[in-house]
Amino acid sequence: MSTSVLFDTPGPRGRIRNHLLTVVSVVAVAALLYWVYSGFDAKGQWEGKIWEPFLQADTWRYYIIPGLIGTLRAAALAAVLALAFGAVFGLARLSDHRWIRVPAATVVEVFRAIPLLLLIFFIFYLAPTMFGSGDYAFIAVVLGLTLYNGSVLAEVVRAGVQAVPRGQSEAAYAVGMRKNQVMRLVLLPQAVTAMMPAIVSQLVVLLKDTALGYIIAYVDLLNTGFKILPAVFFGSLIPAAIVIGVIYVGLNLLLSYLANWLERRSRRSRKTSAAPIAPPGAEAVGLRSGGGLDSTD
Amino acid sequence: MDDLIKYAPELALGFWENVKLSAVGAVVSLILGTILVAMRVSPTPVLRVVGTFYVNVVRNTPLTLVLAFSALGLSDQLGLVFSQVPRTNSFWIVAMGLSAYTAAFVCEALRSGINTVALGQAEAARAIGLTFSQSLRMIILPQAFRAVIAPLGSVMIAMIKNTTVATAGGYLADVAATMKIVFDDTGASIPIFIGIILAFMALTMPIGFFTGWLARRLAVAR
Repeated sequence: MSTSVLFDTPGPRGRIRNHLLTVVSVVAVAALLYWVYSGFDAKGQWEGKIWEPFLQADTWRYYIIPGLIGTLRAAALAAVLALAFGAVFGLARLSDHRWIRVPAATVVEVFRAIPLLLLIFFIFYLAPTMFGSGDYAFIAVVLGLTLYNGSVLAEVVRAGVQAVPRGQSEAAYAVGMRKNQVMRLVLLPQAVTAMMPAIVSQLVVLLKDTALGYIIAYVDLLNTGFKILPAVFFGSLIPAAIVIGVIYVGLNLLLSYLANWLERRSRRSRKTSAAPIAPPGAEAVGLRSGGGLDSTD
Repeated sequence: MDDLIKYAPELALGFWENVKLSAVGAVVSLILGTILVAMRVSPTPVLRVVGTFYVNVVRNTPLTLVLAFSALGLSDQLGLVFSQVPRTNSFWIVAMGLSAYTAAFVCEALRSGINTVALGQAEAARAIGLTFSQSLRMIILPQAFRAVIAPLGSVMIAMIKNTTVATAGGYLADVAATMKIVFDDTGASIPIFIGIILAFMALTMPIGFFTGWLARRLAVAR
């Protein structure tokens, strides 16, 4: 029995209605699945020969694994750089000096507002004119991801530091700490715990966005799996999409579970007095844990 | 600066495509997202599982893959065609792919909104004998929507920025593709880039301010 309070434990009529709804939805889902199945069947997408490449080690060795490494390489480098960027600009926005605070805020707001693909395109075209010809796909992807996600992370850092109750910094100042000691010894250690879940959710976004490299022909998983592979094994486009889709979803779900686990842990944690902050994009909803209605998961 | 003036008409036409994509995406994704959230809180386990599966899969798939798959897979291979005119067809393919992707985020925003509705509201609705769909329609969702206006605004802003990925879905009329073509001609032009960014900001910033204002105005008093 579900624990949701949105609906009562059904009575006789409610039970019949729910059973009816279940039957109808099962039929609808089955019909949808059959429609997809027969659509695939009509176009010969279940034929063994177009799925066969994915059972061969060479397909993985020469196409999928190198692509995956390309994706992970770009994501890892961009993640490290974005975290550094976020830490610097997030703290700069908290500065007491207007001449630091205002430029930092401008940079963060501007890069957050630029569509990421345009930023990547721009860097991709700008780099050759500045540094001579060469292959700048990797640099464009990493730099674009760094600037955009770094700006989002800067907001996370700022929110995290602000989520530490004021009494903490007041007490620290009262025992005679300097500004930099207060930040370094009192605020940041507590803020990091509160920020962790939001940071990891942003890393999911970053990992997903590496796929934009596909458009400027960076050799990532989407490129090797969805452009090169179907060209080599003719007709394997749909199987290829399904296989690399599963890889992407698996990687991101893994990161999401990590984020959830971290959030639960930091909620329990006694090392911090700050509540975990909401991941970017979900701000201002509030009350995420406070006895809400929906407990279906 | 000359480049920007010279290519302004083409870029403006391209940007207009992004505006159209955004408009279709906003309407369709809000409707789809509401249906999805109703499925996810419904008393029918099958619908809950389907809704959860959809959201988790789509939310964790790169938009680039969603759009490329819609164009090359669904349209070219499996014959999902909206129009015989290739350009119109790719517009709708991209619009639908974008909506299907954004709907997952709309659903998540709404679901966190449902979480903010006070427990007593649902209990009172049940106590006066409202059915599930009645209480969802008349009591829960109206309050949930009001609680998540600002986050929905962020989702819409992200969606507007995501219209630039239309290129991946084979729709080459949007401003990102136009910018690429122009850059092939002129090299990276800073005025053009800034011009396009400002156009996007002109679209997204009012939405941010408007939804922020609306959220404060319509906040549920508790």
